[in-house]
Amino acid sequence: MPPIRSEVLELRATPDIVHVRQTVRARAAEMGFTLVDQTKLVTAASELARNAITYGGGGRVRIEALEEDTRRGLRLTFEDQGAGIANVEQALTDGYTTGNGLGLGLGGARRLVNEFSIHSRVGEGTRVTITRWM
Amino acid sequence: MTAGGGAMERIPILQMGEFLLVTIQVDLNDTLAQTLMDDLTAKVAATGARGVLIDISSVTVVDSFIGRMLNDIAATSRVLDATTVVVGMQPAVAITLVELGLSLGGVRTALNVDRGIALLRAALAAPADATHPE
Ligand SMILES: Nc1ncnc2c1ncn2[C@@H]1O[C@H](COP(=O)(O)OP(=O)(O)OP(=O)(O)O)[C@@H](O)[C@H]1O
Ligand SMILES: [Mg+2]
Repeated sequence: MPPIRSEVLELRATPDIVHVRQTVRARAAEMGFTLVDQTKLVTAASELARNAITYGGGGRVRIEALEEDTRRGLRLTFEDQGAGIANVEQALTDGYTTGNGLGLGLGGARRLVNEFSIHSRVGEGTRVTITRWM
Repeated sequence: MTAGGGAMERIPILQMGEFLLVTIQVDLNDTLAQTLMDDLTAKVAATGARGVLIDISSVTVVDSFIGRMLNDIAATSRVLDATTVVVGMQPAVAITLVELGLSLGGVRTALNVDRGIALLRAALAAPADATHPE
């Protein structure tokens, strides 16, 4: 089913992370997500936006409100054309980092949402899609 | 912040006797977080403060980056002989942090500023501190 609302935000530099958090918060609140669910989605978005900027050299996120017969949700798709991830399983492991982070972003984001998928190709970039249903 | 953006935005640090109090009321971007960390370290060193209270009751998201900042502030303050207490974490933020997998292991927490101050006073009076002549 096509999304009922869709928008794209650019991810160029770290101040854009705040913008993503605020926009996702506003959309989730408008849809009526509980405060806890809003916070989980916003936190996951913050992690993935930061990864796209830090490791992906920047990119964009598409924010889509979904409405199906029996449920509504918010889907976020983060995309970058950066170096990609050679070993996705390893990248998803808590504590694994090639930067100076805690290595929690990807694994943590996966735990904070209902659906998580990641596609990455070395030299081409990374796309992470997360969905949280109400 | 002044229009035109020339002045650097900063989070104020208040001195209350031998403690420092920081109230975070904005969505922290990375630059602001880094500035706060540097300012706090300098102020602990300059004042000889024995405790740092960070009030995050207005903070709606703590991602791995901000979590790391709180841990780093606590670790640095500890080296400078000050105890850090993070107060007022919203329940939704606390729930999300656990699922994200972030432990604020090095940081003490309290429900509100009053309890945070009580905790700092108790820490200062504790026998472990008897080695510090006052
Ligand atoms: N968009 C991306 N492009 C390329 N590599 C990535 C991307 N996202 C994550 N990675 C790789 O996966 C690793 C793990 O990412 P994750 O977000 O879990 O941890 P981190 O960013 O290193 O630390 P933290 O998120 O805890 O601050 C990263 O260190 C990086 O090597
Ligand atoms: Mg990360």
